[in-house]
Amino acid sequence: MISRREFLQATAAAAALTAGSGLGPLGRAAAQQKLSQADILRFQPQGQITILHVADIHAQLMPLQFREPAVNLGVGEVKGLPPHLTDAAFREHFKIAAGSADAFALTSDDFVSLARNYGRMGGLDRIATLVKAIRAERGDDKVLLLDGGDTWQGSWSSLQTKGQDMVDVMSALKLDAMTSHWEFTLGAERVKEIVEKASFAFLAQNIRDKEWNEPVFPPRKVFEKGGVKVAVIGQALPRTAVANPRWMFPEWEFGIREDELQKQVEEARAEGAAIVVLLSHDGFDVDRKLASRVKGIDVILTAHTHDAMPGLIRVGDTVLVASGSHGKFVSRLDIAVKDGKVADIRFKLMPVFADAIAPDSEMATLVTKLRAPYAADLAREIGRTDSLLYRRGNFNGSFDDLICDAMLTQRDAEIALSPGFRWGGSLLPGEPITWEAITNATAITYPNCYRMEMTGAQLKEILEDVADNIFHPDPYFQGGGDMVRIGGMGYAIDVGKPMGSRISGLTHLKSGKPIDASRKYVVAGWASVNEGTQGPPIWDVVRDHVAATRTITIKPNDAVKVSGA
Amino acid sequence: MLTHLPTLSRRDAVKAAAWALAAAAIAPRLAFADEKAVAAEIKKLYGDKPMASGKIKLDVPEIAENGLVVPINIEIESPMTEADYVKAVHVFAEGNPQPGVVSYQFTPACGKASAATRMRLAQTQDIICVAEMSNGTLHTAKANIKVTIGGCGG
Amino acid sequence: MTTKPTPRVRVPSKATAGEMIEIKTLISHEMESGQRKDAKGETIPRQIINKFSASFNGKPVFAADWFPAISANPYQSFFFKATESGEFTFTWKDDNGSEYVSKNKLTVG
Repeated sequence: MISRREFLQATAAAAALTAGSGLGPLGRAAAQQKLSQADILRFQPQGQITILHVADIHAQLMPLQFREPAVNLGVGEVKGLPPHLTDAAFREHFKIAAGSADAFALTSDDFVSLARNYGRMGGLDRIATLVKAIRAERGDDKVLLLDGGDTWQGSWSSLQTKGQDMVDVMSALKLDAMTSHWEFTLGAERVKEIVEKASFAFLAQNIRDKEWNEPVFPPRKVFEKGGVKVAVIGQALPRTAVANPRWMFPEWEFGIREDELQKQVEEARAEGAAIVVLLSHDGFDVDRKLASRVKGIDVILTAHTHDAMPGLIRVGDTVLVASGSHGKFVSRLDIAVKDGKVADIRFKLMPVFADAIAPDSEMATLVTKLRAPYAADLAREIGRTDSLLYRRGNFNGSFDDLICDAMLTQRDAEIALSPGFRWGGSLLPGEPITWEAITNATAITYPNCYRMEMTGAQLKEILEDVADNIFHPDPYFQGGGDMVRIGGMGYAIDVGKPMGSRISGLTHLKSGKPIDASRKYVVAGWASVNEGTQGPPIWDVVRDHVAATRTITIKPNDAVKVSGA
Repeated sequence: MLTHLPTLSRRDAVKAAAWALAAAAIAPRLAFADEKAVAAEIKKLYGDKPMASGKIKLDVPEIAENGLVVPINIEIESPMTEADYVKAVHVFAEGNPQPGVVSYQFTPACGKASAATRMRLAQTQDIICVAEMSNGTLHTAKANIKVTIGGCGG
Repeated sequence: MTTKPTPRVRVPSKATAGEMIEIKTLISHEMESGQRKDAKGETIPRQIINKFSASFNGKPVFAADWFPAISANPYQSFFFKATESGEFTFTWKDDNGSEYVSKNKLTVG
């Protein structure tokens, strides 16, 4: 496991080296803690098989900055448990030194100064270097590469190519199997078209056709690696038809389907599988509960909630892995099998530091080729930011504040609603806001920015409903994601209360007046799941706002008062 | 300017919310059944006969994907022989305009007391299932189904 | 109703003696609940299929009473323990008095 490095006090020499660089005290200490490619790959191999896991890449072909959340509340039984730890509490739990490379990769405080020191993370060419190095070390026949989904969505080039750029790079990476969520927003026909031709397996045990209630995709695939049979069962996001536009895949029904999953595990064991892996897009808390109820799964590779943890979480005989998002990490598990059963698992969450890892030239060439038709567009500078722009956090993110500001001004609205998506890169103060940066936060297949009237009572009802999807004490009733972001309105939330009584104190920020339950307000929003939503695509709304503003400054957002956490 | 804007109707309450779908209301929020209405229906069928828990597996989604089409799969533990089988199963919804959803009559020829259909749910509510065995004993089970507008992160 | 309700049934044509087979049925039907209002605010009268029943060689196997809470294009699945060859009769009864029937043969051997 990484993250055992002791925190090193800044020496006089290190301080001298970085003097005048603008780094904060943690950043100065960090300068001497950069990892090398060899450090990242260092691993004591064991057992017959190595599983590599990536998840939630969100179509990020290139290295980027991505700030982890400062607020990530757990509710009910998981309150205060990882991954619901942030910053100092996270570092203490996983024994990570402040200012270290791991602290930068996994926590949010001092992000700007650490980002300037450690540089960007991710990039498919860097991931390819790690994957190839491990295949060379272990032998191709011992390595299984699995993708937890949310891979084909999240960039301008993936939107323009209907996911083809990501399909091409994942094929080049010799992906073995994946499961899915956002992929479905390309529409059922397109997904089926890709899956029919794909060189990798597309697995989902929990999708049924609505007509006859029969499986739409293969539920599992058994791989023979290192002389051992490994069954990989796919689990797509159970809430896809609630979270995303159902009309894009009208014939499919999702759900957790515990009983059917249990049957899959039993059938896989009967086929001689020594290792049963659930390649899941349930989200961490759902998988933690599922691990306590479905028996016989050795490893759950989690996704959806974008958590990254440098350690395994054990539930009974099952271990859970959280591999982060946006290509920032690759998880490696070396598994020893004895007497037909898992005897030992060794794990490392490998941080993909773009400056430390030499790009794989073949993959770099492919990525350049795939991006070429859009390269000029992507690089176009629309404006600049004075503030750190990021998205993660339960209640707000400065990039979301920017999107809400754009809707308020460009759509002449009193209140703006922006979904609590967890994907999209971060920008450091002083960086340009390019077309790529805007579309990395907005590229979806249902981008229309609507404008309509809602009463104060309806606004409260929406907030209550979304809050229940995040803070319901039973994870099976949660949908994942973060609170809807709001421009122009403040509120208070008690996350510990039941549905219907969490939200109070709705305030129209401009007037300072309480929101009137019966008055109608002009509301702009985007990413409606309703078919036929009218309005310009959100990326144009944000572009026009940034172009008109030139330099974006986002004030600290204190419009949401949180209690009960 | 505001007059040209689409307005969210009460019936669609949450439907037009950002990224979300709605409690697909099958009726305006007028009169809905409730616990009492369901209890009255059960009383009509079986009087005050005691009901045991267990034996019933009520398989419904925790969260409805579409309130107009919610799958419900019921399986009752029983040998399904001439001497011992499940005679009838009744399903009620506490939050719909009328409490009745479906009533099944099984026979030993079924081999297995299991049936699946799809139902409309007006809102988040409890579903109640009552099974009558061939010896006259009754079993009951309950499940909550959330009808939501959702919200999406990941 | 704009089109005549059409039943569809998925049942295996062959089974071994003692085998438990799953029968899946669908019928196209609005299942008008009687709770909706038209554009003029008037209640649209109820018209649903209120009963589905299955028999084998004339003997009742399974029946379902459907209420307005059953979804449009109603789906019903259930099980049958195959013992002898014969014919299923599936019947759907409409509020308007119509009956829709599907017959399916099963060979047991």
